[in-house]
Amino acid sequence: MHQNAPSSEPIVSLRDVQKSFGPLRVLDGVSFAVQRGEVLALIGRSGSGKSTALRCIDRFEKVDGGEIVVCGHRVDRPDVDLRALRQDVGIVFQSYNLFPHLTIEQNITLAPCAVKGIATAQARDLARKVLAQVGLEEKLHAYPEQLSGGQQQRAAIARSLAMQPKVMLFDEVTSALDPELTAEVLKVIEQLAADGMTMVMVTHEMGFAKGIADRIVFMHRGKVHETGPASILTSPTTPELTQFVGTGNLKS
Amino acid sequence: MSLQLDFPAVLERWPSFLAGAVLTLELAAFATVLGALLGTLAAVGRGTHNALIAGASKAYVETIRNTPLLVQIFLVYFGLASLGLKFSAFAVAVAALTINVGAYTAEIMRAGFEAIPRGQIEAAEGLALSRLQIYWHIILLPAVEKVYPALTSQFVLLMLASSVCSQISAEELTAVANYIQSDTYRAFETYIIVAVLYVILSLVMRAGFWGLGLVLFPRRRRLGTPL
Amino acid sequence: MGGHLNINHLMFLGQGALWTIGLSVIALIGGGIVGFVIALARISPLKSVRLASATYVQLVQGTPLLVILFLGYFGLAAIGLKVSPLTAASASLTLYVAAYLGEIWRGCIQSVPKPQWEAAEGLALSRTQRMSKVILPQAIRIATPPTVGFMVQIIKNTSLASVVGFVELMRSGQIVNNSLFEPFAIYAIIAVTYFAMCYPLSLFSQRLERRMGRGRSNLAPA
Repeated sequence: MHQNAPSSEPIVSLRDVQKSFGPLRVLDGVSFAVQRGEVLALIGRSGSGKSTALRCIDRFEKVDGGEIVVCGHRVDRPDVDLRALRQDVGIVFQSYNLFPHLTIEQNITLAPCAVKGIATAQARDLARKVLAQVGLEEKLHAYPEQLSGGQQQRAAIARSLAMQPKVMLFDEVTSALDPELTAEVLKVIEQLAADGMTMVMVTHEMGFAKGIADRIVFMHRGKVHETGPASILTSPTTPELTQFVGTGNLKS
Repeated sequence: MSLQLDFPAVLERWPSFLAGAVLTLELAAFATVLGALLGTLAAVGRGTHNALIAGASKAYVETIRNTPLLVQIFLVYFGLASLGLKFSAFAVAVAALTINVGAYTAEIMRAGFEAIPRGQIEAAEGLALSRLQIYWHIILLPAVEKVYPALTSQFVLLMLASSVCSQISAEELTAVANYIQSDTYRAFETYIIVAVLYVILSLVMRAGFWGLGLVLFPRRRRLGTPL
Repeated sequence: MGGHLNINHLMFLGQGALWTIGLSVIALIGGGIVGFVIALARISPLKSVRLASATYVQLVQGTPLLVILFLGYFGLAAIGLKVSPLTAASASLTLYVAAYLGEIWRGCIQSVPKPQWEAAEGLALSRTQRMSKVILPQAIRIATPPTVGFMVQIIKNTSLASVVGFVELMRSGQIVNNSLFEPFAIYAIIAVTYFAMCYPLSLFSQRLERRMGRGRSNLAPA
């Protein structure tokens, strides 16, 4: 393989990735790459394989074939160092998954202390910093169930940020939220994009994807069906994407 | 049919009763702590992908849960003796009770582990926590919280069941009672007093676990969620 | 001391095992009858009845079975009744089992969904009719798995009757041991025998529970 300068290497690259659940082919030769500082939006109908593709990047699913390289880790190989991979990759889920028995501060400081061995006082400063980034400084000592859904999701983003990941994955992070709570979460993600964070997001918010994404990957039946800049959403070339954006999905 | 009860004759032995009650609490405390550890390990073992460890954990739990404690105590007692090992009756009692309550704890903890949503574990994995760290920081406390009433009831039952240890002459409340009744010929009065003492001990334990719950689960305390 | 385990010893142990089953059945029937009364008393409209039954349950559940057995054995003697170990053990186990089964069944009766109670009331059925025609048939279904599970506890608990001299499996093992003095081997045989009686019931109870769980989830609102 030809060795490029590290800065031009993609942070995430999938090549011909295959994945089946039993007889069901979920990913059928998926390839795409994400450059440093790029925001990539994965869109498609439910069942198109977009969430599975995202979960493969952080190895929540093992692939059956193909190659996945994330921050230099060969994720497709069985001997991949999972803990090293997951220090480089942050992931945020649809259902927030904050730890209910820990305060927001403890949720955030847990991994930096336990995984990176950062001193408690330093981790607390870090918690304050990342909470400020998502506008939740005053919730430092609250428990998750005392927060609204939107606040919980912002806290979950802060928790990921505290590990200082090189790339962030967002798996339908606003799907469980009311429209007004969705807006506050999207604002946080927009700010992250503006700060230059590399991001891959699975989203149903077409208007948002159009506004923030550098590139769109439209998935259909386990394949990358159409890909290109955000403008493909307004001028799609395949009938499937035309139909997808035409069925009322494109609204902000 | 005439019933004549003479409680004062028995009650003058109150220092012995009190000592017996304290010994029973000690016995229960040792077995509870050790049994909770053993049971949690067995529950973790049951959940591993290693078929040998999972099978051994299941065999342990099912064997203990389907045989009487009295038989288990004798087996431990004579088993250790046949190996040429000499322990005090109290130590044998702690060992047998630990093995016994460990199996029940394992079943309860397993239910607690299974009640932890998959997303919690994925979130922890996503933060690069190791398997052990996930058990320790993410699963253990919420699992205990979910099964706390069942768990503490089991430990109170253990304290009551420890009376069986009198059969290997371990010193505890029932053994003390057996001694006093043979000395005073006032069996009925003796066992009534002992029954009352056990009821008090179980209330004391319940109160203790309630207090411990407040310490273990600060979120409940803060948000006023009852246990 | 001396001799080896022979067919006579095994016959004797077998007889003990039969008595273990016999005593378990007595405790289940006696405890079941009294326990049913306790369960109904726990949800009685009369406060004094509720209080009295709750106190009974609390007292029994706060006392070791061994002490209850001693109380039965010496208590019946103290009021001048000459009782056999079987009578004392049966009476004590009945009182003990009643407290636990009563609580289990109360929980089952109360877990019959509230709309069922209201519907029965709406049909102008009397309290007795509501109970016998609407609530109890459903409660019995819910109560079956935990009751089968509790039968395992009853079988294991009958081993304590050996302490007041009733010759069931445990006591017959002790008697055999007195002549052979091979305690570990003999108690191992005893343990295996108890396991053979209890494990099938445990499995059956688990299977019932799983089947019920499925049945219930089917009924849950979508």
